[in-house]
Amino acid sequence: MSGVRVLVGTHKGAFIMTSDGKREKWDVSGPHFGGWEIYHVKGSPADPNRLYASQSSGWFGQVIQRSSDGGKTWEAVGNKFVYDGVPGTHQWYDGTPHPWEFKRVWHLEPSLTDPDTVYSGIEDAALFKTTDGGQNWQELSGLRSSETGPRWSPGAGGMCLHTILLDPSHAGRMFVAISAAGTFRTDDGGKTWKTITKGLHSKYLPDPTAEVGHCVHRIAMHKSRPDVLFMQKHWDVMRSDNAGDSWQKISGNLPTDFGFVIDVHAHEPETIYVVPIKTDSEHYPPDGKLRVYRSRTGGNEWEALSKGLPQSNCYVNVLRDAMAIDSLDKCGVYFGTTGGQVYASADAGDTWNAIARDLPAVYSVEVQTLP
Amino acid sequence: MPAIKSIIRVELPAHLRTLAGVSGEVAVNVPLSLEGTVTQRMILDAIEHAYPVLRGTIRDHVTQQRRPFLRFYACSQDWSHELPDAPLPGAVASGAEPFLIIGAIAGG
Repeated sequence: MSGVRVLVGTHKGAFIMTSDGKREKWDVSGPHFGGWEIYHVKGSPADPNRLYASQSSGWFGQVIQRSSDGGKTWEAVGNKFVYDGVPGTHQWYDGTPHPWEFKRVWHLEPSLTDPDTVYSGIEDAALFKTTDGGQNWQELSGLRSSETGPRWSPGAGGMCLHTILLDPSHAGRMFVAISAAGTFRTDDGGKTWKTITKGLHSKYLPDPTAEVGHCVHRIAMHKSRPDVLFMQKHWDVMRSDNAGDSWQKISGNLPTDFGFVIDVHAHEPETIYVVPIKTDSEHYPPDGKLRVYRSRTGGNEWEALSKGLPQSNCYVNVLRDAMAIDSLDKCGVYFGTTGGQVYASADAGDTWNAIARDLPAVYSVEVQTLP
Repeated sequence: MPAIKSIIRVELPAHLRTLAGVSGEVAVNVPLSLEGTVTQRMILDAIEHAYPVLRGTIRDHVTQQRRPFLRFYACSQDWSHELPDAPLPGAVASGAEPFLIIGAIAGG
């Protein structure tokens, strides 16, 4: 019988949660790398037992961990992230030029076909790649050195490259998102990039429709329709039907269109999920009620999913990398909170149960569907 | 003439001991200078040679600067702000006293 493995990164370690296809009973292991910040853990689509984890610390910097047995054992691999050439400057909070400085790895995106190839998104925003299982990392510097790079500036959480989407249909095409710069697409494996922000409107910018400066929180796609992208922006939920060339607002009847996560149903490309958060200064759900919102129409029409989720006195946040969807039928939906809960739905969001309730603040959630 | 080496005792923070797969104090072979002294740089080079996993965790890969929240102590003194090539006390070079790498007390 098939099963799932949920990979959870938290403020103080990683946790691995496994279950069979029913997704009712869970085994939880961890903390792995206890005491370290685990921004992201993700498995290779080409080899489910190959996992990568971003482990970091204000004291000791960045470590990258790799497992070849599904997370039972780990080995530290390369942690040297050096910008290509002379790094130059980006824009600081006060508008002055500021040198690019490596801080941490936010996101690891293994190749769809090769377990030794992984892309990493870092702060200060740049994209790196390894082809030897994480031993050595090289910057794909065409992104950062593009014409807009010097105008990128950090959001409140830092200037992070937090989302990497690999297009399964077009070789060499990928999408990345950066807070607070915007969204970018390459069609040549990362050599050159196009800024894809047309249609975004951010009222906190002097020019709300500027090419860069948009605080994109997360983008998502369904693998069967990689030209359709969904975006949770600082404010606004957006959609593109042309690989990011233009965007339309699909916030519709959401109680608030601020939030961090967005994801797509495994089998229904027009079914999407968000978790509305009250405002950009009140990082908790409206009315103290934790609700996932689902649209079955590709946006605009949303329904609240709350069965099994706390509906009073809930003031947690759900961070941008903290939602994932498995590919069982019905598909499972998972998300983690800054209050340390990891919730799972085995019926595409209709009902929810907590896998864990008292973890450190959850930074990221990924899920692997196992044979 | 082969370089004279000294066994230097080093205390690592708990998280770095875990990362390196060691427990307690570690001992590293450090080639002494012509004057018979050891320096921070010599000790850190030896630590990173013996435990490559620690590269980048004590000092920056490129600048070789000490990470801001780490401190270097020896013989009850803070050597963190000394130059990396400044000689450390003879008691460290002789192995009588350990070189301490300390995680600074900071929130988190």
